[in-house]
Amino acid sequence: MNGKHMDNVLEVKDLTMNFGGIKALDRVSLEIKKNQIVALIGPNGAGKTTLFNCLTGIYTPSGGDITVHPPQGKSRRLNGMKINQITALGLARTFQNIRLFGGMTVLENVMIGRHCRTRAGIGGAIFRPQGTRDEENDIVGRSYEILEYFGLNMYVNDLAKNLPYGAQRRLEIARALACEPQLLLLDEPAAGMNHQETRELEKLIVRLREEYDLSILLIEHDMKLVMNLAQNIFVLDYGEEIARGTPAEITSNPVVIKAYLGVENDAEIN
Amino acid sequence: MKFAEELKKSFFITLWLILLTFPFMAVQVNTIENAVIWRLRNIIFVGLAGFLLSFCWQLFLKRKSAAALIAPNRPSRLHRLMNEPRLYRPALIIVSLFALLFPFVFSHYQINIMITALIYVMLGLGLNIEVGLAGLLDLGYVAFYAVGAYSYALLNYHFGLGFWTALPVGAILAAFFGLLVGFPVLRLRGDYLAIVTLAFAEIIRLVLENWNSFSFGPSGISNIPRPGFFGLNLTPEQSAIYMYFLLIILCLLTVFVIHRLQNSRIGRAWVALREDELACQAMGIDKTKAKLAAFALGATWAGMAGVLFAAKTTFINPASFTFLESAMILSIVVLGGMGSIAGVIIAALALILLPEYLRVFADYRMLLFGAALIMMMVFRPQGILADMRKKYEFRPLDSGRKN
Amino acid sequence: MNYFWDLFLGGITRGSIYALIALGYTMVYGILELINFAHGEIYMIGAFVALIVASVLTMQGCTGIAVLALATVMAVLYSAAYGFTVEKIAYKPLRQAPRLSPLISAIGMSVFLQNYVMLAQTPDFLPFPNLLASFELPETVGAWIGASEFVIIFTAAALMLCLTLILKFTKMGKAMRSVAQDREMAMLLGVNVNRIISRTFIIGSALAAIGGVLIASHVGRINFYIGFAAGIKAFTAAVLGGIGSIPGAMLGGLVLGLTESFATGYISSDYENVFAFTLLILILILKPDGILGRSSQQKV
Repeated sequence: MNGKHMDNVLEVKDLTMNFGGIKALDRVSLEIKKNQIVALIGPNGAGKTTLFNCLTGIYTPSGGDITVHPPQGKSRRLNGMKINQITALGLARTFQNIRLFGGMTVLENVMIGRHCRTRAGIGGAIFRPQGTRDEENDIVGRSYEILEYFGLNMYVNDLAKNLPYGAQRRLEIARALACEPQLLLLDEPAAGMNHQETRELEKLIVRLREEYDLSILLIEHDMKLVMNLAQNIFVLDYGEEIARGTPAEITSNPVVIKAYLGVENDAEIN
Repeated sequence: MKFAEELKKSFFITLWLILLTFPFMAVQVNTIENAVIWRLRNIIFVGLAGFLLSFCWQLFLKRKSAAALIAPNRPSRLHRLMNEPRLYRPALIIVSLFALLFPFVFSHYQINIMITALIYVMLGLGLNIEVGLAGLLDLGYVAFYAVGAYSYALLNYHFGLGFWTALPVGAILAAFFGLLVGFPVLRLRGDYLAIVTLAFAEIIRLVLENWNSFSFGPSGISNIPRPGFFGLNLTPEQSAIYMYFLLIILCLLTVFVIHRLQNSRIGRAWVALREDELACQAMGIDKTKAKLAAFALGATWAGMAGVLFAAKTTFINPASFTFLESAMILSIVVLGGMGSIAGVIIAALALILLPEYLRVFADYRMLLFGAALIMMMVFRPQGILADMRKKYEFRPLDSGRKN
Repeated sequence: MNYFWDLFLGGITRGSIYALIALGYTMVYGILELINFAHGEIYMIGAFVALIVASVLTMQGCTGIAVLALATVMAVLYSAAYGFTVEKIAYKPLRQAPRLSPLISAIGMSVFLQNYVMLAQTPDFLPFPNLLASFELPETVGAWIGASEFVIIFTAAALMLCLTLILKFTKMGKAMRSVAQDREMAMLLGVNVNRIISRTFIIGSALAAIGGVLIASHVGRINFYIGFAAGIKAFTAAVLGGIGSIPGAMLGGLVLGLTESFATGYISSDYENVFAFTLLILILILKPDGILGRSSQQKV
């Protein structure tokens, strides 16, 4: 165990994902340090969401290692773990296509996030001993605080499916935050947002990192957002890493520019 | 002009319906006696009914799509009525008084019907956990019901087990079966889960019907004792009154427990599971535990209801536990409003009591059930009383104060 | 050896019928991802219409092939009509609804149709005339296969071949396959999806009707409830072979028919339906994609 390892929240080594002959990911490696914002970029179909799905347990990787270093407890290898176990270990995510619990209220959506940090079971539900009641109050209180933080508290009792789009995206992040993650995985959080909303999202993510001491792994297509936020960038194309580095290094990297040619225009990259 | 169009459409639909029902309604075949009876009058009947139905159908379809555009997700009038404290408190008092005085005012026969209705309330509330809350479409719920009934009957037959002991035993055995059924179906999605549970229930019924040495086959088990009242010998009338109050208490208990479950950590986990299984796992919910809990708890109520059923009718046989039973209990949950306790209670009472008081329609009970299921899904999928999520109150500058 | 052959033949015979009914399930599931619970009742209705028509004709003095032909034609027409109507009433309004809704609606329709027939006709078992009696096989063939078995197997095989050819080579067939693969894309490409869906129901219902007439002639009696067990078993066959796959339905039907036949012959006949249901549970739990099905990955 060396100093570098102590700094890392997540290590991915030679991750490979095959879907019956198609190599969606080919020996991808990356590290995410504590309190770091890392961006994962690449053209559509490069394998970014597949990588997320491997990290969060939706897919079981065909090869390679994913190791998480939780703040307490020992390092764990995430390959093959169940989705909810990985969330309990400190990885929480949002989805490319919003997957809120539409029929539940906004508050309840965030309360669900608290599930893996609470314990009440059937007995607690039926008999409501003091411990369970305290836990419930705590869940409600903390969830409301998170809503306030995200500026969503006016929607508190509304059904999640009735929220405007931008609010839904923020709610998904709020819900993930309720899981008390060490690493927040955001899959295209700015998709469909206008300029104003994107700038506010940027400020929100910066605040989140500072005030909650989070590491953030971000998939994004909005290059300005990526360049402003990320300290480290990994570029994927056809399931392989084609570049990594700081924003400055990436924008001047000819391989990256070539991969994006015709997909993004130069103005956005610069 | 539109009205004329609608009339024309209804006219043609009616013609189609007449044509479609002709062999069945206009002709009666009896190949046992080699007779063919013509009932051409039925054509008129079909024509009139068909015309009316198709007209109303189209009308309601139009209203439904219009309403969806104007006011989605607004609580219905019935809802707002129910939540008016000035209205529902006196209503509650009246209902309670009625429930208390019922057995002393009505006949023995009526009390028995009410007991049956209350048993279905329990069944509906139990299935509601699986279907309404957790979204697990269990078409084999009747199997747990049978487990409860047969465990009382058999344990009583072989070991003389009394009602009061059998009640928890039946519940636990049923819960165990719930886990047994739940384990293999964990990975299955919606429709496959439905079919597998249906198959399980049918297998159990067929085994009960054919394994004579175990379950006494189609002739069933009789002389099942009613619940004892401190060892006193009760007349059937007194016993009925006793069972009635017993069921009222048990139903209240059921409502209490389920209400608590709904608004708990596990209740929310179930609803999340129903809404989006993948996202709920991603938020840290163990879907295996959640599903198994739903099956086990749902089955527990069916088990208890089974014991009560056996005690009430004092005779059980496999014919009481067919798929049609499951379909009926499912109707109660669906018509009541998935997840809504009050809705399920109303639906159970309606579905059992209405046919009794509309005796003339008795034969058509299942026919109307089928039609009601279709119409509810098309016109009012949220049920009589859709489940409303709990609203929390917060004072403006003071976060964390829950209602 | 004779017993074995009888069971084998019996298995292929009933398997052919299961296959015919299963095709309806698998085609509808392929297009709508819906288990058409009411399909078993369509099969039952086909048998009933045949019985009613045959009885009326017999009363008027018709005999022989004419009765069979007319009864079958009417059964097919009526089943197709019922299938078409069921889709329009119970499924079409629910195309955008969550999956639970059309399933419950289907159950409602199934219960409705069962009781409709029961109330309109009779709850009792009705004897069904052997419409296939007019067929006679030459001595050598007739020694090891009965006339009705032969007709059933031959008809089923011929129909399945026709269906496969239709799906593969005709314009409608291609349209059906395209809607099953990607409904939205098919719509964008100009396919009249509503019409295709209706046609799918019609074809499936017609096949089920023929199956109904054949097996009713063979078994000799029907009642309003035969759709239930036949429906579940045919669905088992469809799933066994791989739901959504036409050759799968055929294969599944045969496998189920043979399994049932040998199980009832060698193990126990009381538990006949239990074998099918157990097979269904095992398949859905262990290999939900069936024998010929392909795994579908969930897109996140």
